[in-house]
Amino acid sequence: MIPSLPRPAWLRVATALYVAAFLGFLFLPLIVVSVFAFNDAPYPAPPWHGFTLDWFFANDPAGRLGMFHDDELMHSIWTSCKVGVWVTLLAVLVGLVNALLLERHEFRGKKLLSILMLVPLVIPGVILGISILAFASQIAQFLNDHFHWYVRFLRPGLPLVVLGQFSYIATIATLTLRARLSRFDRTLEDAALNLGASRAATFRTILLPYLRPALVGTAMMSFLLSFADFNTTLMLVGGNPPLTVLMYGRMHEGATPVLNAVSVFLMAASALLAIALLRRGPRRASA
Amino acid sequence: MNQPDLTAQAVVKRFGDHVAVDSISFEVARGSFFSILGPSGCGKTTLLRMIAGFLEPDGGEIAIGGKSMRGVAPNRRPVNMVFQQLALFPMMSVGENVEFGLARRGVGRAERRKKAEAMLERVGLAGATAKRVDELSGGQRQRVAIARSLVLEPTLLLLDEPLGALDLKLREHMKIELKQLQADFGTTFVYITHDQSEALVLSDHVGVMNHGRFEQIGTPQDLYYRPLTPFVAGFVGDSNRLTGRASGVDGGLVRIDTGDGWVVEARREGDVANGDAVEVFVRPEAAMLSRARESSAASHEGVVESLLFDGAKSAVLLRERRSRREVRVALPQTGEFADLQTGEAVAFRFDPARAVCFRARRDGDA
Amino acid sequence: MPDASVAAPGDSGWRKALLMAPALAWLGLLIVLPHAELAVLSFREQVGPRHYVPSLSHYHEFFHEPEYWHTFVRTAWMSIVATFATLCLAFPIAWVIAKIARGRAAVWLFLACMIPFWISETVRTLGWMILLRETGVLPALLVKLGILAHPVEFLYHDTTILVGLIYNSMLFMIVPLISSLESLDNALIEAAYDLGANGFTVLRKIVIPHAAPGITAGSIIVFMLTLGDYITPTLLGGKDSGWFTEQIYTEFITRFDWGQGAAFGFLLLVLSTLIVVAGLKLTGQRFGDVMGRT
Repeated sequence: MIPSLPRPAWLRVATALYVAAFLGFLFLPLIVVSVFAFNDAPYPAPPWHGFTLDWFFANDPAGRLGMFHDDELMHSIWTSCKVGVWVTLLAVLVGLVNALLLERHEFRGKKLLSILMLVPLVIPGVILGISILAFASQIAQFLNDHFHWYVRFLRPGLPLVVLGQFSYIATIATLTLRARLSRFDRTLEDAALNLGASRAATFRTILLPYLRPALVGTAMMSFLLSFADFNTTLMLVGGNPPLTVLMYGRMHEGATPVLNAVSVFLMAASALLAIALLRRGPRRASA
Repeated sequence: MNQPDLTAQAVVKRFGDHVAVDSISFEVARGSFFSILGPSGCGKTTLLRMIAGFLEPDGGEIAIGGKSMRGVAPNRRPVNMVFQQLALFPMMSVGENVEFGLARRGVGRAERRKKAEAMLERVGLAGATAKRVDELSGGQRQRVAIARSLVLEPTLLLLDEPLGALDLKLREHMKIELKQLQADFGTTFVYITHDQSEALVLSDHVGVMNHGRFEQIGTPQDLYYRPLTPFVAGFVGDSNRLTGRASGVDGGLVRIDTGDGWVVEARREGDVANGDAVEVFVRPEAAMLSRARESSAASHEGVVESLLFDGAKSAVLLRERRSRREVRVALPQTGEFADLQTGEAVAFRFDPARAVCFRARRDGDA
Repeated sequence: MPDASVAAPGDSGWRKALLMAPALAWLGLLIVLPHAELAVLSFREQVGPRHYVPSLSHYHEFFHEPEYWHTFVRTAWMSIVATFATLCLAFPIAWVIAKIARGRAAVWLFLACMIPFWISETVRTLGWMILLRETGVLPALLVKLGILAHPVEFLYHDTTILVGLIYNSMLFMIVPLISSLESLDNALIEAAYDLGANGFTVLRKIVIPHAAPGITAGSIIVFMLTLGDYITPTLLGGKDSGWFTEQIYTEFITRFDWGQGAAFGFLLLVLSTLIVVAGLKLTGQRFGDVMGRT
């Protein structure tokens, strides 16, 4: 069972085989997606027709259109990025404030509040989406009926998408930042005060540097979650779909390898981001 | 005594019903090394945190350098502190740690660096400026923590059991180093510890604290040789503690009957009347062993129960012949008793002037 | 020693209120009120233009239209199956990472488990579609190997949906399992062996009780994600996948029947809450503790 106890040979072999099979299961879909991004055929299916970069770079309005010339696609990537940045900003900020509130202050109803903060995580994304949609419409209706205001951002569209994604990503940001903050040694703050630092200076010079790895990690996670979100977005999106919604629509219609190309592009981008993070992460994360 | 750097007057701190610091008053002279010694839970940390400003006293007055500290925030007090776990900032280099306080005062970068480097050099850490805190050894970290505080030239340096986290060998070494540093800088040190040996070795004056009060304030020699309360006698240094009843009071000397057939004599401390329940403290090194029996009242007999060899601190556990009580007696360094055997009958005696007798505390807390 | 934390100067009411404001705005405006609105929508009926009365008609509709509650039961049942299967498949891997693999091997294995989840579900599902559809990689491979005479459609089966669901859930099961297994002291296992237990007994008496919080946490999250999934059932299961979220989407967006959609949403919420509560009760744990672990 554990290395310090005798493990029969069959068990070792079985374990190794299982791990191999499991990794195969995990990576097979991704490998297949990547391979067919380079297949010189109009459909992402076997057999192999030879290598091409057309699905990335071709620009033939009558025939193949590579992802970088597919305006609709590029626009949706840009939309996803915009949404992601807003969600990230909001989630990290609110997560930080929540972490400070829950770790540093006592008040009535604290337990209730901290449990309520977990709730968005167990509400299916679709329901988060429709409830926010319904509520926003209700307010819009109210404002329209009583004040004859037409509030654009309460109608399906990107602002609502941002709010919908934020509604559960904020929970994750709160959890990770709070976990990091709870391990903070508060005598460091006492020490800073003792050495003459003001409260603001203590926050800036001691607490923020300590939290920085968690802040960066949370920001990245929030961005990725936002970029990948589908369920909540689907319910709130207007005429300006982010990438996941656009891809879903095209997959329904029967996909071309352009989608494989986008996928490869996304994998490469995530990998670069991950490497960048790992590179700078460990150096000062030992706090 | 010149003008005191720290005065506390009737300082009180309560946590709910618990009185952590119970109307304490004391003074610490400029440039001296003052220790607050007491068991954990005696209120010493609370007292220190009030001096540092992390806690506000419920009553009384704390003055530092002659100025009242009431309502003064911790970051505005002329006091710096070496924390129990040192609280070095792990996200900064050694140099940045030492510069931290100067930067908060708005000292320019070049000046800051110069001062920090000079200070690190003084504590024997020249060239460690760029190192990370976790690259240092325990003793070096200790010195950084002290340098970080002293670079601000505080009126008072508070030390909260800073040696507690170190292993035994290093702790012995750092004791000496601390004392030299203090002598070197001339800063007033207030040191809290539960380790009586640290307090005795380091301090000019020691306050022994128990249940939120000072039992006795005095020089280490005072505490050791002339304890004023049973608590001090028991807490500072090793002692044999005997209980019994005073069966004769003759000026400064008391005759004590242990009630099980043993009679000893000891110096009286405080009021002791004939018939009082008393406690007697005899230090192991105050007793002398001999193999020859004497028939004087000061001579007692016992059987060797076990030998406790510990180099210079070797001792022998005896069982007193009549009362069957256990007595610890130091072995002389002459090697005279190197061949002592378990089960051997020996005689021992002690100078009554070096044993101390108190009227027993009523509440019986040991 | 009494806790000597400072009541920091300036720790006044307004400061606390300021810190509380974002949380209250977030939870109030995006969670509590919207769900109240959803409840209101579901419990009323339109009787004229912009005229509504309280009514249970939407719930009535649900119970009297077999298609609706069949879909509902089917979604719940398949989610439970998928959760259990994920647990069984993930446990050995979590065990290998937490207990058997050492140092770098463990880190790499863990990273390998993470990587697919850095990429959106759409991409992963695309991969499965390319693999499994009639013109896809797997049928072609099986024909080439002579196992099949001609290509077969692997998409649009319940098993396919399950495979997709399990695949998507894997990481969310592995992470809590690893964290609960890592905290298990190897000495306990050694001691159990030393006292004569076999592998199965150790698993039953030592490992599973210790890992129970992780198992519960993982299962709850996986169940929630599966129940609320949309892409995988609709793309791998096809038009008639019969997934309840699809039903909600249809009512809300396609038919624009918000009342009916809201009722469906509420039912899904009630179902998930019930199953989560049942799971917690069964293992004797509290929501906050379990969620705090993840």
